[in-house]
Amino acid sequence: MMDAAVFYAFAALAVLSALVVIAQRNPFYSAFALIVTLCSLSVIFALLGSPFIAVLQVIVYAGAIMVLFLFVIMLLNVRREDAGKGGARTMGGIATGLVVLLVLEAGTVLLRLQPGPAPGFDASTRKMAQVLFSPQFLYVFEATSILILAALVGAVALAKKEP
Amino acid sequence: MENPAFVHHALVLSLVLFALGTLGVFLRRNVITVLMCVELMLNGVNLAFIAFSRAAGTLDGQVLVFFVMVVAAAEAAVGLAIVIALHRHRDTLDIDAFNVMKG
Repeated sequence: MMDAAVFYAFAALAVLSALVVIAQRNPFYSAFALIVTLCSLSVIFALLGSPFIAVLQVIVYAGAIMVLFLFVIMLLNVRREDAGKGGARTMGGIATGLVVLLVLEAGTVLLRLQPGPAPGFDASTRKMAQVLFSPQFLYVFEATSILILAALVGAVALAKKEP
Repeated sequence: MENPAFVHHALVLSLVLFALGTLGVFLRRNVITVLMCVELMLNGVNLAFIAFSRAAGTLDGQVLVFFVMVVAAAEAAVGLAIVIALHRHRDTLDIDAFNVMKG
């Protein structure tokens, strides 16, 4: 019972803060609302029996990635965006229609699906480590370190001042 | 451990978050906010992976979420570097200002 209350409270918080992210014209407040969304999603991950991913969500997403976003927002001294012109409005209307269509379609599929949890599920950190370092995923895991290195070098090369 | 309805409702929540992210990508005109909406979409997908992993009882979905997070971190780093370079060239972050390929 307690679980359900926490689950739905944080699900509602995630949706509300996601609404603030897209409704807010000032990117600074958008970033803070996104941090709230990410943290409430971390609670939902934990309730779905994935403590490792829940902790990773707070450390990597809410910690590292969002700090990067806030850093760039403050570095560039971003102003509030002003109201859209006519062309942008039509574009927004079309986009809203398409998204409503997407929600209706995926929603009907989800209503028919109704999956339940499988018994004997264990996603503890020990188990996750065993899977990540198993021969099935080991090489992919090592390849991600090369990806991160490439992104690091690329980011420095892109953002550096041109002579 | 938990309420059997959680998996299904988590999937509905992931659909809502993905839809809100998509809407934001189309409606917002600040490049940084658009990037943040992409992160919102990625999180909706992550939640769907976790819920399906819970429904299937295997850890493959969890591993996939791990890799999505790594790619999201790389994407944010490179994307924000591009935003800084664009701001240096055009002195604006309005998405409508970046409509030519030639610098």
